[in-house]
Amino acid sequence: MSNGIEIRRFDCLVIGAGGAGLRAALQLAQADLHVAVVSKVFPTRSHTVAAQGGMNAALGNVSPDNWHWHMYDTVKGSDFLGDQDAIEYMCRAASRLVIELEHAGVPFTRLENGRIYQRAFGGQSQNYGGDQAARTCAAADRTGHAILHSLYQQNLQARTHFFDEYFATDLLVSEDGVTQGAMVIDIASGEPIIIEAKSTLLATGGSARIYRNSTNAMINTGDGMAMVLRAGMPVQDMEFVQFHPTGIAGLGMLISEATRGEGGYLINKDGERFMKRYAPKAMDLASRDVVSRAIATEIREGRGCGEKADHVLLQLHHLDSDIVKNRLPGIRDMSIRFAGVDPVDAPIPVFPTAHYTMGGIPTNRMGQVVSPVLNAPEEAQPGLYAIGECACVSVHGANRLGGNSLLDIVVFGKAAGDHIIEFLQDNPIHTTLNQASIDRAVEHINRWEKTGEGESVAEMTNEMRAMMEEFCGVFRTQEVLDEGVEKIRGLLGRLNGVRLGDQSKVFNTARFEAFELENQLEVAMATMLSAAARQESRGAHSRLDFPERDDREWMKHTLYFNRDGGVLDYKPVRTQPLSVDSFPPVKRVY
Amino acid sequence: MIRFSIYRFDPDKDNKPYMQDYELDEAEMAGRQMLLDALLLLKEKDESLSFRRSCREGVCGSDSMNINGSNGLACITPISSLKQPIKLNPLPGMPVIRDLIVDMEPFYKQYRTVKPWLINDEPVPEIERLQSDEDRQKLDGLYECILCGCCSTACPSFWWNPDKYLGPAALLQSYRFLIDSRDKATNERLDELEDPFRLFRCHSIMNCVEACPRDLNPAEAIHKIRKMLLARSS
Repeated sequence: MSNGIEIRRFDCLVIGAGGAGLRAALQLAQADLHVAVVSKVFPTRSHTVAAQGGMNAALGNVSPDNWHWHMYDTVKGSDFLGDQDAIEYMCRAASRLVIELEHAGVPFTRLENGRIYQRAFGGQSQNYGGDQAARTCAAADRTGHAILHSLYQQNLQARTHFFDEYFATDLLVSEDGVTQGAMVIDIASGEPIIIEAKSTLLATGGSARIYRNSTNAMINTGDGMAMVLRAGMPVQDMEFVQFHPTGIAGLGMLISEATRGEGGYLINKDGERFMKRYAPKAMDLASRDVVSRAIATEIREGRGCGEKADHVLLQLHHLDSDIVKNRLPGIRDMSIRFAGVDPVDAPIPVFPTAHYTMGGIPTNRMGQVVSPVLNAPEEAQPGLYAIGECACVSVHGANRLGGNSLLDIVVFGKAAGDHIIEFLQDNPIHTTLNQASIDRAVEHINRWEKTGEGESVAEMTNEMRAMMEEFCGVFRTQEVLDEGVEKIRGLLGRLNGVRLGDQSKVFNTARFEAFELENQLEVAMATMLSAAARQESRGAHSRLDFPERDDREWMKHTLYFNRDGGVLDYKPVRTQPLSVDSFPPVKRVY
Repeated sequence: MIRFSIYRFDPDKDNKPYMQDYELDEAEMAGRQMLLDALLLLKEKDESLSFRRSCREGVCGSDSMNINGSNGLACITPISSLKQPIKLNPLPGMPVIRDLIVDMEPFYKQYRTVKPWLINDEPVPEIERLQSDEDRQKLDGLYECILCGCCSTACPSFWWNPDKYLGPAALLQSYRFLIDSRDKATNERLDELEDPFRLFRCHSIMNCVEACPRDLNPAEAIHKIRKMLLARSS
């Protein structure tokens, strides 16, 4: 016992039970390690469940393909900010891991010959920029659901120890920087417990909920990123937030890129297929940053649809209705429910919507969290790992390709699992818990026990989300970003005055929304400050005042630390792949 | 005004449950139309009001509750479809933790009982296990289950015997693996269902079909399992 808090001990603590956390946990449990998975929601409620279109792998089931073409597309898609060693590793591993998922029971859609169905997705090409490729392995338009449920089922079989509905608040770190586990709270009882672990893996997902209009689940609040920041380590490339071109206008629900992969296209108020002016070759299947900017430009220039001219239309009704019904059943359902439109008959109103955090906790390709120490920019932090959307390996660089996120979580879930197994062989015992670290975590928890008059969590959360949208959207300028930095700084200054009215111990969801507000503000500040500093346009970071990519000055990763109100540092891009030649930066056209 | 009557119970301070009335100005909905949107607005005013939620688009299964007497997901139930005052209760027959939040463990336990994972001990091929499009289509209407619990907690047989009767959701999962051409444990799976309770407590009341927010049909899956058992014994 420590501070009267119960302690549980495991070989590995996995925080987050989406696809990344579950893939890693499976690797560890199958190696007969004692693994605890902590998740603030029941595992199958994690946001992986909402992924629709599919997972990229150069199986070549539909069009000729190989992993090197996939690597080229990913490097180009990243606008040359992705680390080419990690990208090579991911693209090489892809086929084997998709097949492994199939063996684990994932109900992929099938081709006539019984092999896995693959569809076309944005930014995919054959032969380094040639014809469109069909590389995205799909289970209808519910691929994330199919993968997450199968991985959970595999973990049940492997007898992984689940802490369902436990919320992690802080990492516990020794004085010399070894991660020793985390402080977590049982949501149902409100009681804190310490999970002491020889290794800790963060798989807490992204943070696109910091935006008002978001495709993300309400749980995507950047918890792991904020935990790392509070522990004194940096987050990387946070200015790169992907706006998905096709969220349902005004609501944000995701309408998968699979709609365009299956032959759908975008039109403006004149009925024009405007993408031909922005990406003459790839058209509607250009990279997401390109398509989102095109839509935003059409609307800015008065060619938007509807009474307020505030969205464009995604048309599918020219397709055979069986394609929509069989390959896009979830999209059809979502569109009918939320937009009141059956895409078999009429187009869906869409708008670019905050979707994915390309940045995150810096790691190497083994999933080890890396941080600058003295003069080395990438020193592995002992015992700490991060994977999936909360991490930045970086395989997505400045813009992620559709179909690469489900791939990312599986590839680096396995890689981190494998590395932890090795790490545990060299580090077989628990180190003595650091009392100072526990005290800080307890103090953090107690902060929300202050009562009395104060602002509400909901008010401040709403204010932050509106600010992110207004000051850090698809198009950015210095003036607007600088104002945004001051606005978010203002919120951080007021945070201390926020009060939690509900002090019940039992399943107090308001209490966890308070912790989530703190986390989101940390991430919002990182995003805004990193964006204000980067004076170029690259991938999803698009500056009207600096419209060109500047490789001489800016082909480097941003690191943000939360000390002294926010400090930035930079480190070089890893341009050297593992075994093939580097793809040097060239002008990016689709 | 939109009117609500919501089940409240916080064991930390309440001796017993009670119904609380709430009102919400329609204008506050600002174009949003779902019950969950309204609940989120109510929670901004009364942060003690407790319910689960996550994806807010009907795919994660968090916000299942009893809405005007029927089980459903708040995030895909339009306010306009509901008679007022909108009566919200926790899922029936489950232990209540607080307000609209129930302990789902009895439901999850039955899910785990059916071994919901693919069993295939044959040598692992270097490519995917081939499956015909026709065989794959047999999984449609089964694999999409989101484990929200709406069906099982609408089933009187599950209310009476939640520990012995598997319930519609777990049986739907069971059939999802029984019918998967890649799964090789069909006989073992059927053996475990030959029991007076696990499968045969289903009395075809069909509440599950009505309750499923994803339009799945657990009753049909149960019927097909019975047919498999029958075919095996004859």
